[in-house]
Amino acid sequence: MIPSTFEYHRPDDLAAVIALLQEHGDEARVVAGGHSLIPMMKLRMADPAHLIDLQGLSDLKGIEIGDVIRIGAMTTQAEIIDHDGLAEAAPIMAEAARQIADPQVRNLGTVGGNIANGDPGNDMPGLMQCLDARFTLVGPDGTREVAARDFYEAAYVTTREEEEVLTAVSFDRPRGGYAYEKQKRKIGDYATAAAAVQIVAEGGRVSAASVAMTNLSDVPVFSAAAGAALEGTACGEEAVQAAVAAMLGDIDPMEDNRGPVEFKKHVAGVILARAIVRAWSRA
Amino acid sequence: MKDLPDTEERKAGLKGLGCSRKRVEDARFTQGKGNYVDDIKMAGMLHGDFVRSPYAHARVKSINAEAALALPGVIAVLTAKDLEPLGLHWMPTLAGDKQMVLADGKVLFQGQEVAFVVATDRYIAADAVDLVEVDYEDLPVVVDPFKAQDPDAPVLREDLEGVTEGAHGPRRHHNHIFTWEAGDEAGANAAIDGAEVVAEETIYYHRTHPCPLETCGCVASMDKVNGKLTLYGTFQAPHVVRTVASLLSGIDEHNIRVVSPDIGGGFGNKVGVYPGYVCSIVATIVTGKPVKWVEDRMENLMATAFARDYWMTGRIGATKDGRITGLHAHVTADHGAFDACADPTKFPAGFFHICTGSYDIPAAYCAVDGIYTNKAPGGVAYRCSFRVTEAAYFIERMIEVLAIKLGMDAAELRAKNFIRKEQFPYTSALGWEYDSGDYHTAWDKALKAVGYEALRKEQAERVEAFKRGETRKLLGIGLTHFTEIVGAGPVKNCDILGMGMFDSCEIRIHPTGSAIARLGTISQGQGHATTFAQILASEIGISADKITVEEGDTDTAPYGLGTYGSRSTPVAGAATAMAGRKIRAKAQMIAAYLLEVHDDDLEWDIDRFVVKGAPERFKTMAEIAYASYNQAIPGVEPGLEAVSYYDPPNMTYPFGAYICVMEIDVDTGEHEIRQFYALDDCGTRINPMIIEGQVHGGLTEALAIAMGQEIAYDDIGNVKTGTLMDFFLPTAWETPHYTTDHTETPSPHHPIGAKGVGESPNVGGVPAFSNAVHDAFRAFGLTQTHMPHDHWRIWKTARDLGLHG
Repeated sequence: MIPSTFEYHRPDDLAAVIALLQEHGDEARVVAGGHSLIPMMKLRMADPAHLIDLQGLSDLKGIEIGDVIRIGAMTTQAEIIDHDGLAEAAPIMAEAARQIADPQVRNLGTVGGNIANGDPGNDMPGLMQCLDARFTLVGPDGTREVAARDFYEAAYVTTREEEEVLTAVSFDRPRGGYAYEKQKRKIGDYATAAAAVQIVAEGGRVSAASVAMTNLSDVPVFSAAAGAALEGTACGEEAVQAAVAAMLGDIDPMEDNRGPVEFKKHVAGVILARAIVRAWSRA
Repeated sequence: MKDLPDTEERKAGLKGLGCSRKRVEDARFTQGKGNYVDDIKMAGMLHGDFVRSPYAHARVKSINAEAALALPGVIAVLTAKDLEPLGLHWMPTLAGDKQMVLADGKVLFQGQEVAFVVATDRYIAADAVDLVEVDYEDLPVVVDPFKAQDPDAPVLREDLEGVTEGAHGPRRHHNHIFTWEAGDEAGANAAIDGAEVVAEETIYYHRTHPCPLETCGCVASMDKVNGKLTLYGTFQAPHVVRTVASLLSGIDEHNIRVVSPDIGGGFGNKVGVYPGYVCSIVATIVTGKPVKWVEDRMENLMATAFARDYWMTGRIGATKDGRITGLHAHVTADHGAFDACADPTKFPAGFFHICTGSYDIPAAYCAVDGIYTNKAPGGVAYRCSFRVTEAAYFIERMIEVLAIKLGMDAAELRAKNFIRKEQFPYTSALGWEYDSGDYHTAWDKALKAVGYEALRKEQAERVEAFKRGETRKLLGIGLTHFTEIVGAGPVKNCDILGMGMFDSCEIRIHPTGSAIARLGTISQGQGHATTFAQILASEIGISADKITVEEGDTDTAPYGLGTYGSRSTPVAGAATAMAGRKIRAKAQMIAAYLLEVHDDDLEWDIDRFVVKGAPERFKTMAEIAYASYNQAIPGVEPGLEAVSYYDPPNMTYPFGAYICVMEIDVDTGEHEIRQFYALDDCGTRINPMIIEGQVHGGLTEALAIAMGQEIAYDDIGNVKTGTLMDFFLPTAWETPHYTTDHTETPSPHHPIGAKGVGESPNVGGVPAFSNAVHDAFRAFGLTQTHMPHDHWRIWKTARDLGLHG
């Protein structure tokens, strides 16, 4: 539990961060809250020679609420939970953040770190699929936006270039009812299965539905088919089961200490059904 | 005439027995001012770290330390070859086996110590570990204790090839360690074979780990000028460590000082001797500099002493109306690569033969086979007396299994078979003499407290509602009535490495009426500095606030066998009371002289000796203490000191009644504990607040074990649960509310009637939680499913019973 030797950098603007990334290439990693990277360094599963701390970049913090919601990458999970405007505009954010780890971790752990790390166990990536978010990446060649649904390629592999920094996430103000449902073994654990659901109701029927799942594949899973199964229905038992069946076609869980594949699939179905029922009740 | 303070006021001022006195230790702990091993820093101190085996079974073909030694700051890399000339490449275990200190030709479990790196800095040591190149050739791995007994199973312990006689009798296979038995097998079989009803079941108590918050570690410091070795470490038995260190190193015992500073939890994990201690001692002798070794969490979980791993097969016979007639138990015990159980020497399966529990079973027999596998060594008593939690789990499950077979209520079955109050002292079929108990009173109180009949009615309604599809949650009522056996032990039966399991207390009363007491035990969070002062306060009439309790320094404390198996109160607590009585006897002589009366004309009154019939004539203990130092009293030595070494005449037998009410979600396998009621009878209660704290802590560890905590291995011996992500350690979030209660049945042979309580809640808690899970599914045909009852295993139980439609 002792990391390898590394050089610590704490620049105070983004240009300096990018310059350091250019200088050190794949020997450098940026660190935000550190709750994923530092344990990996202690296990020597990651051994960056240069660690670039983003805590000095106050520009990367903050939540802007409008028709589009923009959250700076260095915003902590605790700040997500405590933000009144966000609670009104996108309550699913706080509902999910409250289910991440424990208060100490949430005080340091950031939205950007959770998203950029590419760990399929993290909750924000799945939630971002559900919200159809865009990620802002800044690199030597300027700024670009990538759709959350195009960002994840495999476990810990994303479309972010080595010299790019994820600076913000943005998404349209979500409409309708919402739910983030998560089963975990204990506080601090990754999900056995988690589901993010947004449902818009019109005239007693589902007019739009978005469904995403966490920790049930090597990437977060956006299940367009599950959403489609709900649309046009009155969100009754049959529709919920159709959505569950569709979702099961999109996930690919692996056996681990949480249980075998068969169990995970069953729980994924139960958790999604609960999330849909709760989201519908709020729609 | 002096004013006589009110009797009750004087008594309360002592803060003696029965007082919920606040823990004197907490001032430093709550301010972060404790002094743990890793807080110790010495000038020029070096740091040790281990190269550990990634394989569970492999031949070590070569070790190349060149690159590590070339790293600036690296002082040495020790291997078995370096220790061999000192005879320290292997060390004896507490169980009569021997264990490699560093891999000698092969490794036998993942995480085994292969080389010890010593460097000037903790970080350099860790870097150097990565630079040591070890060439392994993997060997076939055995992680199943049954497969280990196949005729063609790989030979794990090549050092024992051809050795047919082990420390505990004949070995019948190359991976067999011992067979140990108790009771009359023919008698038990006859009783069961002739019984009207027989229930049989195999019950697995899985491998887990004590996981104290502070991991194991030490600082060894050899002073080459005066030849003295000082060893600070996480030791639950510092005096035994000193003796072992002397025997192993050849250093005279008076030249070794062992100190246990503050210890952050032990739970049995810190009883044994680990390679880190031996390597640190060798390294300090070689370098002449202090050497610190502190393991990390993963090393602690992977390589230090595990607990449990007992496969228990039981047969129990009864009459049709539920009177138990006989019990037969066989255990296959997975001991890992070396037999390093911490048990009294004569008991390789600890006190497993308490497995008749709280019941009057006329015929019983048990046998335990110890087996080697490619897993970490250990088998310690994790917050229980030696193998008692296994025994309690076994019998409390067997009772439930029998109740199912009989179609009988499990509470009624228990009450029908309890040892009755008038049968104590009671000798069990397996040879124990239970000192005292009143099980029916405790049981009735517990059932009434939870509203047992109403709960059963609610449960039956729930089952119907479930069948109608109105709910997906089941209700389980987990019952347990456990009997512990603690306080090892009579020296005639119990020793560790030949050291009789007595304990000790030495008291000095200072001239101004305060005192210091030193004991052979060592607190790891139990609050000895608080409670032993209370025992003494009641004995000698000096307020507990004026008594310092010190433990853990072998240069100052009297010899004792340490703290584990709930033995501190039964043994050292008794020594404290007895030493206090010696003080009082001398004080009486001094008081008689001062008051110019005969000794027999005095009577003891809380904190003073009073002339019988003349209450205005008295001497307080403070006055007597002063006189003992400043007056020449004919025939009496100056000073006021006493020491007592106490050899208990018997163990003590705390007991309790626990009831857990649990909701289970059959679709996700999640559970919610709706109610937990714990009634403990630990005899005389010294500090009710500390007892309550002990019960809360022990129940939470029991919750962990029953509901998720395990050390799991894959087929090739990789530890699957080596971090706290996967090894379940409950936080406040997972911990339910507990309701505590008590009855008080003093031990007749203990000077103050106390029995010990620290481990009862683990012993009773595990079956209570597990029985609740089983009970929830009883209506659907479940008899037995193994712990830990984590989400997927509960889900699997529901699925196998067809509850997922």
